[in-house]
Amino acid sequence: MSLLEVKRVSRFFGGITAVKDVSFDITKGEILGLIGPNGAGKTTVFNVVNGFYPPSRGEVFFKGEQISGLKPHQICQRGLARTFQVVKPLQRMSVLDNVVASAFLRARDRKEADAIAAEVLNFTSLDEDRNVISKGLPLGKRKRLEIARALATRPDLLLLDESFAGLNPSELDESIQIIRNIKKKGITIMIIEHHMKVIMSISDRIVVLNYGEKIAEGSPLEIGRNPLVVEAYLGEAQSA
Amino acid sequence: MKKHITYIVLGLLALVPLLGLSSYMMHILILVIMWSVIGMAWNLLSGYCGQVSFGHAAFFGVGAYTAGMLYSKLGISGWWGFPASVVVVAVFALGIGYICLRLRGPYFALATLAMGVIFRIVAENLVGVTGGDLGIMLRERTWIDKTWYFYIILLVAAVTYYLVRKIIESKLGYYFVAIREDQDAAESLGINTTKYKTIALILSAVITGFAGVFYTNYMGYIDPKVVFALHDISIITIMVVMVGGVATYWGPVVGAIIMVLLAEIIRSIPKLGTAHHTLFGVLLIVIIIFLPNGIVGDFSKLKRLFGMRSPAP
Repeated sequence: MSLLEVKRVSRFFGGITAVKDVSFDITKGEILGLIGPNGAGKTTVFNVVNGFYPPSRGEVFFKGEQISGLKPHQICQRGLARTFQVVKPLQRMSVLDNVVASAFLRARDRKEADAIAAEVLNFTSLDEDRNVISKGLPLGKRKRLEIARALATRPDLLLLDESFAGLNPSELDESIQIIRNIKKKGITIMIIEHHMKVIMSISDRIVVLNYGEKIAEGSPLEIGRNPLVVEAYLGEAQSA
Repeated sequence: MKKHITYIVLGLLALVPLLGLSSYMMHILILVIMWSVIGMAWNLLSGYCGQVSFGHAAFFGVGAYTAGMLYSKLGISGWWGFPASVVVVAVFALGIGYICLRLRGPYFALATLAMGVIFRIVAENLVGVTGGDLGIMLRERTWIDKTWYFYIILLVAAVTYYLVRKIIESKLGYYFVAIREDQDAAESLGINTTKYKTIALILSAVITGFAGVFYTNYMGYIDPKVVFALHDISIITIMVVMVGGVATYWGPVVGAIIMVLLAEIIRSIPKLGTAHHTLFGVLLIVIIIFLPNGIVGDFSKLKRLFGMRSPAP
């Protein structure tokens, strides 16, 4: 069953077409990678799905219900959480408070919110930094805090926007493990990533965007061999 | 000890009237507590929720006029203003919120600034409703002595303090701070930012309105220039919290003590007295540069400055 259906979505900004007629589905339980060169419209797709922008054309369905046109907080309440490429921690709050604030979406009282937060911090190995003011966190941990905060809203679908960018190799491995564990929990993931090794190893399926249009879709293996994808990334092959 | 400091302060304050202070000293104390209430109210909306208001005089004035008009139009005691103002101020706050809360940051601040001024001008000109520049005079004061006024405003302050603490430690408080720190992030975490900003505004407005109701009953005379004043209410409200400490529990109280005392002292200096707004401006600049978190927020910094060294790091 499709958890999320993006149907012929276009998004224009003035005369610029950021996303053009893009359609794809996400099946429950899978990890879908969304890749493409810079400016391909990946984050715009996220912003449309998440509700920051209404689509100029087309529709988005989540669990069979149309969500395009709803506000981000309404979409989040329906079980769709996201992280930001440019991290947006609640700067002057501690790591714990950041997570507690988002846990309140599902928790009835403070005790329950604390419990959810403790569990999520443990899950993302941020336990030791719980009392650090998030402004002072190194980038790797801030990226992880983004994930923790999104998880605290107990989502069914998690949108990760470049959660691996700027991480060092050991942080990278740690984050990959976390993503795998999230999948094990039964949470579906859509992930934007530039790091090819990561995306090829963790995605079940990949959608490729270029200049706002979908140019390919398939398993990592198929995508790696697709001449259109190679061309989009490396330029046209020259006959010598 | 630290845990009980609230009760200790409250208990000591409750005993103050027994000291037999002069009427003037009591007046100063009452003003300090009243400003603490307004500061705590402003702190809720602007300190915690991050929506900086330059127009709190609007709520103070509406509260004051609710009490005044109950007396002048219906002939009932101005004290009924307390329950009545809840509804009246909340309705006005909703209206202001509808207009201003769609704006962010400095635009919100400017819109509230305009609102405060609009309220003053309307109150001055709707002579049939408000009595215009003549103001409203309560012909008989409830008490000659200041003791009961003191206890009433102390009760309002204690309840406000308790309420702010409860709110900030609850879901509401977390949502307020989340909105202050990053509205987009908050929205994507499932927080209905419009709703919670409106709640913060109404809570803040109603409490400020209470201070206005008290003011009418205590002073016995109001006019638009006094209760809707931009520099004497809206700006001083901001200064009370900025000086004391934004988003701290005791900041507004500390700020109120300093601002009220400072205003009294400066006014009593010959010639310089009329320039007290200038001096407040200078003070604000100094605070923003050296103690951006106010006296309570930057207390450790102050301690270091005065050589009371905290244990070496």
